[in-house]
Amino acid sequence: MTDRQGFFDLSKTGISRRTALKGLVATGTGLVAPGFVRYSQAQSSAPIKIGFQCHRTGIGAAYGRWYEKTTNAAIKLINDTGGINGRQVEVVIEDDGTDAGRGAEVVGKFANQHKTDIVYGTLFSNVVIGSAPAAGELKIPYYVVSEGYHVASGKLNRYCLQPGITDVRAQVTSVAPWIAANAGKKVTMVFPDYAFGYDHRDYLPPALKNAGAEVIAQIAIPPTESSFTKYFPQIPAETDVIYHVMVGPAVLTFVKELGEFYGSNGPKLFGFIDSLEAVDVNSPGLEYLNGSHFWEGAPRYAQADDSDAMKAYRAAVGIDDSGASTSDAKDVSTAAHMFGCWETLYVIKKAMEDSGYKGPEDRAKLIEATEAMTEFAEGPEHPQGKKVFNGKIHQVFGSQNISKLEGGKLTVVHKTSIEDGQYEPEADYTTQAL
Amino acid sequence: MAFGPHLLLAVLEGLVTSAVLALTALGLSLVFGVMRVVNVAHGELFMLGAVLAWAIATSIGGSPAVGFMAALVLAPLIVGAVALAAERLVLRKVNYDPEATIVATIGLLYIIQQLALTFYGADARPVPPPFNMRISLPWFGYSGYKLSIIAASALLLVVSWLVMTKTKAGLIMRATQYDRETAQAFGIPVDRVYAGVFALGAMLAAIAAVLIVPISQAHYLMGQDPLLLSFIVVIIGGLGSLRGTVVAAVLIGVSDGVISMFFSPTLAKMIATLLVAMVLVFRPQGLFGRAVR
Repeated sequence: MTDRQGFFDLSKTGISRRTALKGLVATGTGLVAPGFVRYSQAQSSAPIKIGFQCHRTGIGAAYGRWYEKTTNAAIKLINDTGGINGRQVEVVIEDDGTDAGRGAEVVGKFANQHKTDIVYGTLFSNVVIGSAPAAGELKIPYYVVSEGYHVASGKLNRYCLQPGITDVRAQVTSVAPWIAANAGKKVTMVFPDYAFGYDHRDYLPPALKNAGAEVIAQIAIPPTESSFTKYFPQIPAETDVIYHVMVGPAVLTFVKELGEFYGSNGPKLFGFIDSLEAVDVNSPGLEYLNGSHFWEGAPRYAQADDSDAMKAYRAAVGIDDSGASTSDAKDVSTAAHMFGCWETLYVIKKAMEDSGYKGPEDRAKLIEATEAMTEFAEGPEHPQGKKVFNGKIHQVFGSQNISKLEGGKLTVVHKTSIEDGQYEPEADYTTQAL
Repeated sequence: MAFGPHLLLAVLEGLVTSAVLALTALGLSLVFGVMRVVNVAHGELFMLGAVLAWAIATSIGGSPAVGFMAALVLAPLIVGAVALAAERLVLRKVNYDPEATIVATIGLLYIIQQLALTFYGADARPVPPPFNMRISLPWFGYSGYKLSIIAASALLLVVSWLVMTKTKAGLIMRATQYDRETAQAFGIPVDRVYAGVFALGAMLAAIAAVLIVPISQAHYLMGQDPLLLSFIVVIIGGLGSLRGTVVAAVLIGVSDGVISMFFSPTLAKMIATLLVAMVLVFRPQGLFGRAVR
């Protein structure tokens, strides 16, 4: 290696070691000084800081954008109505790049540099699993909106909670009876080849079996795959239903290729809307999905029987009747998931009020106050519906929607009960030390 | 599905991959062969082509075929112009120094990627194909558009070959590739040849991207895989060799299709990488490359 242009020659840059040291000292003082001034006199009036671990870039960026919009809308409402414990709430956002390693760094940054009270808002299961140990070590409460089974499974630690969105195990358990009764008995699964997909892989077969149906093939697809025709020969000919759940930008290709492969006489389709979040269901290439069914956490399209709370929530976040941004009809939301941010923030608010939370020294009390919760009534704070919280496994349970794609929109055809999704807990976080 | 149709489907899928890969890798190979510049930003120029195809097709509207044809003409031209600007403003300033250009093109990679994220966004957006035709075979259906990609790519490769071997421009490029200083002594404006080749390489990537975008949406991270695969193809085929690039692209594409269909996609990637290692050990100049003098 030659360095003819001197790119790596520090002497050319004109920065001496002494200058560099001076600069370092000055920067250090600058960072520390305002901290002393601002918070020493008035802790009670300083804002509560929520560290938002956001997928601003990477594969989860579309979700991240809408998680951010929902969070901003909820925080604005909370602040306008008096904040939490009389204090305003400030959200500090750090991008985790939808990357597990970066996620752990971001948790550290929140705890040590931004000194936020809690960390909140992660969706992708790889980031949650990657960040959870850091949250546990730093003893900072970590409220995720992820829907993976990892929180409820007991694999994480006592600082990780999921009080605003149901987990995959509950979701598949509650939709399985409907699939068996209405779609077909022989099911082939197509799922992403990582943690989130494995939750589907592991919990759908037993749930279908209980309902009298069976999984006859399971096809795992690498998350970066961009072409799917090569997997279709693995789908057995006797398949009644293809159960598809794939998170990634390639879903349109998947659907289009499926249509080309089968033509008009293929199996029925049941999908998790996850693949189509932030994607217009009327996009060219998605025609093949017409008439198929989807799981939705909260319905994307406004429904005839929407409660006033749901209407108010949709207006506050800024989505129209088609689930797209009110300012840009092409900007489709991630409505099936993002309500979880809204509901999680209200759980945090309630837990902070119940525990009389004052600052980081009360973090353990905050966890205990969250664990003590049992029920959230449907209303402005929980527009998706009533929820039941299990403090032992830090997981919330709620109802699920099954929607049919017809006439260019998704219409809810079945709503499961909370009991449909409940299962025997496998863990108890409350036995762990705080 | 029986073995015969299964294999047919695998080969068809592999040929589509090969077609796009050959064009992308040819651009990379040309830039390296003539300029000795390892263009790490090549995948992002590919992505830029796809994103622009979406922007052009959407803004023109009307029939999908019109939008697509406009994209096929305009997107490569714009990407070529961007590459030309990058060549003038960056690569020439560092005097095409091999190490410096690697660092510079890595920088370019991030700049293009982040600009795409900022202005285009994080969503995958579809471009409607110019025509929708499902070819119905007795065992399965197949996309007529995908077959047309193979034809279009083959046509472009033949044109590239004719340009390189039969025209004066091709002669000048080959002369510059063979010996830069002698070419300059014979009055070849090497500086302008470099600019043209860099733009041409980017345009080939952009054309490949426009062809693929109706079957695999435009997304700001879509440049990573093509870059990696192009490097694999170029290393196996031999840097700067058109024939080697095409042979290696077909080899990698079809083997990827067949192996990933009968075994697993991960195994296909492992075998491709292993092949690169073998070529580097036993024939460092590639299957069809000449040893670098």
